[in-house]
Amino acid sequence: MCLSIPSKVVKIDKEKATAVVDTMGVQREVGIDFIEDEVKIGDYVLIHIGFAMNIISEEEALASIETYKEILALMDEEERQRAILEGDQCEGGGSA
Amino acid sequence: MNLTLKNLYDDFRDPKTIKALAELITQEAEKLDRPVNIMEVCGGHTHTIMKYGLKQLLPEKIRFIHGPGCPVCIMPKERIDHAYILAQQPDVILVTLGDMIKVPGSKGSLQQARSQGADVRFVYSPLDALKIARENPEKRVIFFAIGFETTTPMTAALIDRAEKLGVTNLLYHINHVTVPEVMRELIDSRDEHIDSYNNRIDAFIGPSHVSVIAGAKIYREFPERYGRPVVVSGFEPVDVMEGVLMLVRQFTQGRCELEIQYRRSVTMEGNLSAQRQIDKFFEKRELFKWRGLGNIPHSALKLREAYAHLDAEKVYGEQLPVEEIEDHKLCICGDILRGMAEPTECQVFGTACTPSKPLGSCMVSSEGACAAYYKYGDLLQRRSDR
Ligand code: SF4
Ligand code: SF4
Repeated sequence: MCLSIPSKVVKIDKEKATAVVDTMGVQREVGIDFIEDEVKIGDYVLIHIGFAMNIISEEEALASIETYKEILALMDEEERQRAILEGDQCEGGGSA
Repeated sequence: MNLTLKNLYDDFRDPKTIKALAELITQEAEKLDRPVNIMEVCGGHTHTIMKYGLKQLLPEKIRFIHGPGCPVCIMPKERIDHAYILAQQPDVILVTLGDMIKVPGSKGSLQQARSQGADVRFVYSPLDALKIARENPEKRVIFFAIGFETTTPMTAALIDRAEKLGVTNLLYHINHVTVPEVMRELIDSRDEHIDSYNNRIDAFIGPSHVSVIAGAKIYREFPERYGRPVVVSGFEPVDVMEGVLMLVRQFTQGRCELEIQYRRSVTMEGNLSAQRQIDKFFEKRELFKWRGLGNIPHSALKLREAYAHLDAEKVYGEQLPVEEIEDHKLCICGDILRGMAEPTECQVFGTACTPSKPLGSCMVSSEGACAAYYKYGDLLQRRSDR
């Protein structure tokens, strides 16, 4: 579902309005256009189709990451990658 | 194997909490003097309700009506044809998100266009369109933008970035639609046909993702002007059940309000910087045709005049047909999207029309009501046999 797996901010480029986030080991660049002012390295954010949409508390993030970890442990590398990317799309494949 | 994180995560939804909520709703519903019809606007909610058999857990007095909430389902064939034709223009790369690629227009789907040699690319983020445009300076990249309030700011951010970087080979075909207008239309059109309370939409469950961006405030008019309470809810089964409980309580306590169940990410105001971005690039369309629902005033966005040179609808205006196209005769997606029929009432449901060979778009998107019934229908059967 959209806005689902919490991702940790590992790098910020204010100029380009992007951040590198780590979603359970998978790193990628996302837009931070909508939360630019406040976001810091180490924050947890929720991603929707390539953009960070809000910052969530570390406590909440870690709790849900725990659950996801157990799940991801069951997958191979390719499945993991895809699952993580699809994880920030919506139910049907990310249209809304 | 079609294993996704979502499917797996689903096993962790707590049945005990769901049961307890069902129990509370049942107790509360006993105080109601008539049934309450609740429309879930978004396909994500429909999915949850079907998948967890929430309908079956609720007392008879509480009924769900499925709404039109999937941007893929409501895309009329005309617009898909636009994408199809654009994809076939010389030196064009057409880029889009999600299930859009499988939806049949009158000429075929984008997938078919691709198999005929068109360069159609599916991306996970609109930002990938920018990358593709920069890597292919000799081509024209057209981003076929779809989605509700949830994805509109991302398209705006894409345009903004392309502008700042001086990228000139990226155009847009905008199909962003807005939720409140279609809700209004559904209330009006149903009330027209209806003399008893049976068919009325009494209340709404509003999708949380839309409100992360646009704020819960976009639903204010429904309790205030239409006498319909709204609860903005998350997508987990527990969220949906809690949303239902909150709605039922409003009825039993004689309130009619806008409430937020999903407080974790939704506020009344929403994400203001996203709203500013949207406003910078987009304005309302006079009319937009929704598949199955017809033309709905002000229910979609288009690029502002200042960006006409980036608007694929204008730049390729001569190639893009404007005639309306009828849906398949037997397809009742229209009634389904209005919440007036269930997928199983369709004559071709599960026979001539299946997810692998869909006739209507309610079957195409996995969020679509027909697809959800197809996928979880036997589950329903099993539950009711018990
Ligand atoms: S993206 Fe999420 S909110 Fe939007 S229609 Fe899909 S499931 Fe609903
Ligand atoms: S089953 Fe197919 S044809 Fe019938 S309403 Fe659903 S999508 Fe349309």
